[in-house]
Amino acid sequence: MKTLRSLFLSTLLCGGALAVSHAQADALADITARGVLKVAVPQDFPPFGSVGPDLKPRGLDIDTAQLLADKLGVKLALTPVNSTNRIPFLTTGKVDLVISSLGKNAERQAVIDFSRPYAPFYLAVFGPEQTAIADIDAIAGKTISVTRGSIEDMELSAVAPKGATIKRFEDNNSTIAAYLSGQVDLIASGSVVMAVIAEKNPSKVPVMKVKLKDSPVYVGLAKQEPALLEKVNATLDAAKADGSLNRNAEKWLKQPLPADL
Amino acid sequence: MAYQFDFAPVLAQGDLLLKGALFTLQLTLVGTLVGVAIGIVGAGVRAWRLRPFDALFGLYVELIRNTPFIVQLFFIFFGLPSLGVLLTEWQAAVLAMVINLGAYSTEIIRAGIQAIPKGQLEAAAALAMSRFEAFRHVVLQPALAKVWPALSSQIVIVMLGSAVCSQIATEELSFAANFIQSRNFRAFETYLLTTALYLVMAIVVRQLLLWLGQRLLMGRR
Repeated sequence: MKTLRSLFLSTLLCGGALAVSHAQADALADITARGVLKVAVPQDFPPFGSVGPDLKPRGLDIDTAQLLADKLGVKLALTPVNSTNRIPFLTTGKVDLVISSLGKNAERQAVIDFSRPYAPFYLAVFGPEQTAIADIDAIAGKTISVTRGSIEDMELSAVAPKGATIKRFEDNNSTIAAYLSGQVDLIASGSVVMAVIAEKNPSKVPVMKVKLKDSPVYVGLAKQEPALLEKVNATLDAAKADGSLNRNAEKWLKQPLPADL
Repeated sequence: MAYQFDFAPVLAQGDLLLKGALFTLQLTLVGTLVGVAIGIVGAGVRAWRLRPFDALFGLYVELIRNTPFIVQLFFIFFGLPSLGVLLTEWQAAVLAMVINLGAYSTEIIRAGIQAIPKGQLEAAAALAMSRFEAFRHVVLQPALAKVWPALSSQIVIVMLGSAVCSQIATEELSFAANFIQSRNFRAFETYLLTTALYLVMAIVVRQLLLWLGQRLLMGRR
């Protein structure tokens, strides 16, 4: 009896889930018919997405969304989201795509699909152009600033050789200030932070020396949308081939698209 | 609302805390010795209005006493490199503490000096003491004795204020606490222990200063 009931229940639940996905079974056709691509973008995470001086959202994610909308031949409608609600916006069908500096992991893959990566995002040790650092062991004898307790602190502390001096600062700004004022030789941080430095202090742009953790960003889509997924991937491939993705990366991240992306 | 206390992960890093506490004490020792020395010179200059130094010391005292310690520290650590003065984090911390205590002790000791009756100096002159002897025995010692409690308090304040130096990655006690807390997320336990350590240090330093004051200034043996 119990088994029967749970069977009935799960059928019901599956049916419900199916019904939802059926409603947007061909999101690509819906988008084309509607003439509007609805995209969730960040507004508090420069250079991926922030509010510009004209109060309009701007950033790498917004440009990527625009690029996709243009290639689909539809208008773009942006929905600002934050890092906690971006996936719910997608799973409840409020948006067609999430382009919100979204990294891939197993938990997220269980709920949504991911396109090909459209931009790099990594944690690394950065330093002046003329400093030659071949691998992580070469940072021995150098001082490196890092924000205490951050993921890059954990990654760096795990792999740093004995002779390296890690200076841990309270927040990102102090970590950057220590590097810019010459108090440390190198800085461990996210690639995004380097873009911010590049924007404010172009004469001292740090160059990537040793990668600590790679986590490129992807376009997020609802599950069971093969047509849309294929179209997004094809568009991204074309954009990569014709250099548009690279232009975006250089514009917002101040560095070329890595070859292995 | 039953918080599960777990001191084990904090105590496992106990040597870090003790090392940090020791470094805080070292910073305080150097800061106090040099800072009070500056204070004595500054107080003398200010009390006797020795031009042009009294104006300089006046400016220094006003500048330091009317700006936050953390800003002074950031100026030294992040600002001075632009002028080509690159100090390591502990040098910057010591310098900031010396400058800070120097300004406060200038004012504290000056108050002590000005509380010495003029007649006492005249008596010293009548006894044919040299100017230096008179300054040392008739002015400075009684002046320090009068303001010793205030000066001791200021030294303890500077010691506790050195916690701010963790902001420029000086590895003193607060830095150690923040570091441990960032690794095991046992914030409550870590800061409880750290608070206790600071409390013990403050009490010990105060008692030590009291004892020193009585031996060296009040003439009790």
